[in-house]
Amino acid sequence: MNPNFLLPLAKFNDHLNAEYVQEHSGSDLFWESSYWFPEQASAFAEKVDFLYMAIFWISTVFFALIVGVMVYFIIKYRRKNGVIAPQPSTSHNTAIEILWSVLPSIILVWMFYYGAEGFFDMRVATDDAEEIQVTARKWNWQFTYPNGDVSDELHLVRNVPVKLVMRSDDVLHSLFVSAFRQKVDIVPGRYTYAYIVPTEEGKFRLACTEYCGDEHSRMRTLCQVHKTEAERKSSTEWIRTPGKPWLTGERLYKINCSGCHKVDGTAATGPALNLIWDKQGGEILVDGSAVPVDRNYIRESILYPNAKIVQGYGPVSQMNSFDGKFSDQQIDDIIWYLRFLKDPAKFENFDATTEGAAESGEDGDTAPADAEAEPALEVPAAEPAATEEEH
Amino acid sequence: MATAARRKELFSYPKTNYLNHTKGFASWAFTLDHKRIGIMYLIGVTSALFLAGIFALVLRTHLWTSDSGMLTDAQYNQMFTLHGAIMVFAFIIPSIPAALGNFVLPMMLGAKDVAFPRLNLASFYLWIIGTSCLLGAILLGKGLDTGWTFYTPYSIETDTGVIYATLGAFVLGFSSIFTGLNFLVTINTMRAPGQTWFKLPLFLWSLYATSIIQVLATPVLGITLLMLIAEKTMHIGIFDPKYGGDPVLFQHFFWFYSHPAVYIMILPAMGVISDLISVYSQKKIFGYSFIAFSSVAIALLGFLVWGHHMFTSGQSIVVTIIFSAITFTVAIPSAVKVFNWLATMYKGSISLATPMCYALSFIFLFGIGGLTGLFLGALSTDIHLHDTYFVVAHFHFVMVGGTLTALLGGVFHWWPKMFGRMYNDNMGRLGCLLVFSGFNLTFFPQFVMGARGMPRRYASYDPEFEVFHQWSTIGAFILGLGILISAVTLIYAALYGPKCGSNPFKAASMEWQSSSPPDFHNFIHKPLMNDPYNFDSQVYDADLDTYIHREFADPGSIPEKSPQPQHS
Repeated sequence: MNPNFLLPLAKFNDHLNAEYVQEHSGSDLFWESSYWFPEQASAFAEKVDFLYMAIFWISTVFFALIVGVMVYFIIKYRRKNGVIAPQPSTSHNTAIEILWSVLPSIILVWMFYYGAEGFFDMRVATDDAEEIQVTARKWNWQFTYPNGDVSDELHLVRNVPVKLVMRSDDVLHSLFVSAFRQKVDIVPGRYTYAYIVPTEEGKFRLACTEYCGDEHSRMRTLCQVHKTEAERKSSTEWIRTPGKPWLTGERLYKINCSGCHKVDGTAATGPALNLIWDKQGGEILVDGSAVPVDRNYIRESILYPNAKIVQGYGPVSQMNSFDGKFSDQQIDDIIWYLRFLKDPAKFENFDATTEGAAESGEDGDTAPADAEAEPALEVPAAEPAATEEEH
Repeated sequence: MATAARRKELFSYPKTNYLNHTKGFASWAFTLDHKRIGIMYLIGVTSALFLAGIFALVLRTHLWTSDSGMLTDAQYNQMFTLHGAIMVFAFIIPSIPAALGNFVLPMMLGAKDVAFPRLNLASFYLWIIGTSCLLGAILLGKGLDTGWTFYTPYSIETDTGVIYATLGAFVLGFSSIFTGLNFLVTINTMRAPGQTWFKLPLFLWSLYATSIIQVLATPVLGITLLMLIAEKTMHIGIFDPKYGGDPVLFQHFFWFYSHPAVYIMILPAMGVISDLISVYSQKKIFGYSFIAFSSVAIALLGFLVWGHHMFTSGQSIVVTIIFSAITFTVAIPSAVKVFNWLATMYKGSISLATPMCYALSFIFLFGIGGLTGLFLGALSTDIHLHDTYFVVAHFHFVMVGGTLTALLGGVFHWWPKMFGRMYNDNMGRLGCLLVFSGFNLTFFPQFVMGARGMPRRYASYDPEFEVFHQWSTIGAFILGLGILISAVTLIYAALYGPKCGSNPFKAASMEWQSSSPPDFHNFIHKPLMNDPYNFDSQVYDADLDTYIHREFADPGSIPEKSPQPQHS
């Protein structure tokens, strides 16, 4: 479903140009990592830069040796006076061949190991990470924060780990924040994740790095790291949204799922939904294997109910496929609802704080009266429920 | 030993040769002669190079400023797509094997032709049809804007000429398979008596390894592209998530071919360089078997590393780590080759003739291209560098700095054999210097840009990168000028250059035992089986002003010193 309420912002990144352009403030000396890289603004950036410079120096030494030897030989053994006269020398030496095969291998093993270790840091989440939902579409970014707030720039808080939960509305995209050294593709039809611990305040470039059509190069925005949560709250230009996604999810649940799935912990035709999100030990399937209950599992279960059947509900699922009936956005909302069910108190708390913030908001743009002046904003919330009722 | 008259008949410029023994368009269009097919391929791939090169210059001109507006975003996307697709499918992949390989491979075996001459001609026609389909995307479709990689689901959504282009790549794939199959059978069955595997020139080992990849990997590309067409036209639900497909699956299929294809591009280049370094140092190649087996090792390992194009794609962490590990193993055989080339030059008699200048450029540029691969093989650095200009610079250093440089070196080396005439060496070297310096100026700044975060395939960019883009654009024009000068030098030489004898460079592999240009049947005598790196076997003949095999020479007139021919 196309989120029409974002369309007026389609060209928003033009006005950003002036803002996110940061002159490279690094060194002029190419042997320093700040010559090669933007500033280090994430927890693992330093390790990435260290490995880069290590490979840089190892390569430089090897390259200098190769070219040095080559030039020396050219000068020393150049053909003189047009007379071809090579000097006798061996054309084979197994010892030296093995030596120059094995020695570089040892260095390569180290490079591989250090790179894989650093990669692990980038791909494994910390438990207390804040989850921010990223929706990429031609050619815009939408960021949805845990409390349901939405922005078109990514706003983070220094030293607060984040897990970016990313999905695409259309084609492949890739989220790249060079100051964080982090990059993960956004693949339509599934959720991908990126983990970041921002360590520096500032404004950084956020770019799409997977070719996505005409305005690929304009799919750039800003990633701003704030000092505190309060500062993020107050200084960010939030985009007004019609409602909290978990409430939309609840509506969808009541219309589509509640006949077979209960939320009070009792099993019905299908498993109860209040206990499954992030279930300890995962969900046990009919074949006895366990599968972690994450976004991709939920998505698959909604679209293809027979792909994985929970133990006790087999051998064949009773559920209809929602493939083609639920949009990606609606599946998102249902996942929000499942997360809400797991810990309602947390989300109700968000409700309270956001409303509080909105009321105390001094910014004229966020005044409720202004929102009412644009009735179009309320359409998407009503629309999904309406379409489902028609079915 | 032969008489002076016989020597003249065998080794001086022949009146009738493969170029003029029959005349007319049909005599070329329906020829089964591997030499003519090689020449036609050379003309074809060079045209593709110039066309895609012009696209590159347009791109570089557009990128002079950060938001120049010279092209629209959509036009820019089409330009880089066609540049990439034509360069990869219509130029680099067939370049060395189909053009140079076709010409010299049978002669290096002392054979009359390849094993399947008709298949060889069919391969060339498929090349023409495939390339026409690619161009058809521009002329009949609405261009092509997917990037040469055709990533789904964008390629399914776009209304540009994806079907023309994929059909083109599909047909070009068969052209490549035909050539590979032909070479495999030819090398297996048509070697001269006594020519064992370890007496093959290393160029043939590299062509053999290349052919294995062409025959085994290209069908996967064909299947993938057909499935893409089926997905686009019938929505069968393999690659498009809208119909339950998986876009990452396409990437796996695509790179399962296209990574080995990288070795289709670079292995023949390495083979050319092995032979050039040896001939122009007049030294037996150092560590023959290590170089030979490293080609085979690269070909086999090349099948196991495709996932390194997908480190950010969301494939599993375990798979990613395994692919990184295997990727590093490919570095070893490549490094071994470089060390062996240097060792070959040790105590040699190094001539800085044009082909050798290209060979030395190759070592320099491939050195950078190979070493920067380490940054991309290591996982944590690759995550940052993936899909930035760093990657663009890296693969251009390998593909252009490697393959194009080797192609030019090889063309300059075998040109006198093809046309019996010598080019102006100083003009050749000037071209080489411009290619070398222009190339470095074009692509070195791109490493810096990429590390600083400049994404690839961007029609507009942050102004802080402007200065690097401008260096790069200047370099591209110098590179273009260098290639143009080289082309003019060669064409002038083929028409008006001084006639040279059969073997002006004192090379020992068998193709130099024919006259230059060769007879239609390649050899009018039975070629003497010879170790391709035994340069002592060749002696100077003052009458012919060229080198001939010792067995043909008059023992009394062999000079003590080996002078360089004058080609007057």
